[in-house]
Amino acid sequence: MSNFLSYDDLYKNFKWEQSEKELEYGKNGMFNIGYYCSDRICEIGKGNKLGMIWEGYDGEVKKYTYNDIRIYSNTIAQFLKDIGLNVGDRICLFLDKVPELYIGFVGILKMGAIAQPLFSAFGEEALFTRLDDAKTKAIITSKKHLGKVRRIKDKLPELTKIVVVDAEEGAQLQTNEIYFSMEKAKKVEKFDIFKAGREVPSVLHYTSGTTGKPKGAQHVHSSLISQYITAKWVLDLRDDDIYWCTADPGWVTGTSYGIIGPWANGVTQVVLDAGFGTEKWYAFIQKYRVTVWYSAPTAIRLLMKEGIDVVKKYDLSSLRHLASVGEPLNAEAVIWSEKAFGKPFYDTYWQTETGSIVITNLPGMKIKPGSMGKPFPGIQATVLNPKNFEPITTNGTVGLIALKPGWPSMMRTYWNNQVTYENKFKNGWYICGDRASIDNEGYFWFVGRDDDVINTAGHLVGPFEIESALLEHKAVAESAAVGKPDPINMEVVKAFIALKPGYVASDDLEMDIINFVRKKLSPLAMPQEIEFVPSLPKTRSGKIMRRLLRAKEWGEEIGDTSTLENE
Amino acid sequence: MAEDIKKLIIDYVKKEYLEEDSGIDVNENTKLISSGIVDSFSMVSLKMFLEKKFSIKIPDEKATPEAFDSVNNIINLLKEYVKL
Repeated sequence: MSNFLSYDDLYKNFKWEQSEKELEYGKNGMFNIGYYCSDRICEIGKGNKLGMIWEGYDGEVKKYTYNDIRIYSNTIAQFLKDIGLNVGDRICLFLDKVPELYIGFVGILKMGAIAQPLFSAFGEEALFTRLDDAKTKAIITSKKHLGKVRRIKDKLPELTKIVVVDAEEGAQLQTNEIYFSMEKAKKVEKFDIFKAGREVPSVLHYTSGTTGKPKGAQHVHSSLISQYITAKWVLDLRDDDIYWCTADPGWVTGTSYGIIGPWANGVTQVVLDAGFGTEKWYAFIQKYRVTVWYSAPTAIRLLMKEGIDVVKKYDLSSLRHLASVGEPLNAEAVIWSEKAFGKPFYDTYWQTETGSIVITNLPGMKIKPGSMGKPFPGIQATVLNPKNFEPITTNGTVGLIALKPGWPSMMRTYWNNQVTYENKFKNGWYICGDRASIDNEGYFWFVGRDDDVINTAGHLVGPFEIESALLEHKAVAESAAVGKPDPINMEVVKAFIALKPGYVASDDLEMDIINFVRKKLSPLAMPQEIEFVPSLPKTRSGKIMRRLLRAKEWGEEIGDTSTLENE
Repeated sequence: MAEDIKKLIIDYVKKEYLEEDSGIDVNENTKLISSGIVDSFSMVSLKMFLEKKFSIKIPDEKATPEAFDSVNNIINLLKEYVKL
């Protein structure tokens, strides 16, 4: 039986205070997420329970009880204070999925700084943009990624502390670089956790838009109220679960449901710090007897590609509940998972800005394969007419997904960009930037983005950032980046490029440009196809008409071309 | 021939996917995908490099993370398309 019985009753009667009550939120004036993910779990008698079982790609295993997490996060918090970092400072975590990433996140929150996790595969340009915007004071990284930090640090005057978690003692470190070993440092049993108020900033996650630089969605400590209860109900977490969230904490799923949700619920989670591999994943589930698995459609489609026979080689009978996030989960994937695992993946919808799941298929609810589900209790959701931003009352009509502001984990602003934040609201609704319809039973059906942002493997990539990087290549005169359909990743980046005089399109040049973007931005932003063109379609005012190129890729109607320059 | 190709791929991986001062060495058995040296998205660029270098087309169903997880695995995959 799931953690609740009837969706309708729950939706009607729900109040966020229910979550606060379960958490004893605010007891002794404590609102800090870090406390609720470590010390509180120990205080309720689960200090010896495993909070994390971590396995590296080479099979190394490390286990941490909640008491270990409490002490190690204290140790990191104290270290950060000792090197001069203060409340409100932005501290970036730029690490692979190592234990220091998870526990360091808690440590940063405990000392009152703002955690700024960034995907460790980001290239130096992507890293620079986000550190520069946040005026980040410190970065916690590893030798593997130190080179990227070193190449940009001179352009970041505020970045005064570079903490390296795996340097050998006595290693040749440069100015502002500090060696720190979580496990070798003197353990801190007691730490004076920062008494953050509900509205004190906690986490800064960067996300992409169609225009301009990436934006930092700023969250506050009371986001915990949403993250705790959604993890409990949507992921159906229970005390005896072994939970696996495959997301990287460089993205919001990896912090909201890869750290805060499970740890605030006192659940044992497993972490695999290794690249994707079908059999590796099944063996991991079998080995740790994973019961709840939260993954992404891209991964599920990769598993589908390998077929059901390989599933049968493993004992996956421990799996009790499966959920998915990042991009719409296609009906075929839901049906396949029922055949492969004996249960469906439950699709969930939310975004960096919402901080927690907002529209979802809840356990116990009838699943309609391909649907996003219904609003989570406490969330008022609708679709709006894009012309007048009024709610659409006709079932099946496509509109803009919109949410009534006020749920606890909603972002409070975009860092240093209040104007863009305010532009996200129309008629008192927060506009998600996605399109959907609602059927006669209240289920939401995803249609697509309402802008040019590319959703690749569940990650949003801004075309502007890619085009800017492309223009830095010596051969590129003009560029446009669009999403093109992909059977596994939903969309991948395709670039249209007009070359400068003197350059000729070739395989070598194509590879050079592809790798140039990959290293500057990230593998996600890397074009998987380049089409060299003599020129790009533009409006008479000179703006590149990206939508024409996108429509061509998707086989859609081109629409109004009256403003086209060459028309 | 196979040794030359091994060296070609190792050099390419070092140049394109590793930081100079990462301290990570790569040989023919080094785990590439599962270790995170080459993530699953970057694997696409490695596949494209091989396809262009050897004028072949590796079908998507053959381009699995396991098939790209070491230089030796890649050599075995290439043997299906190129005489080594």
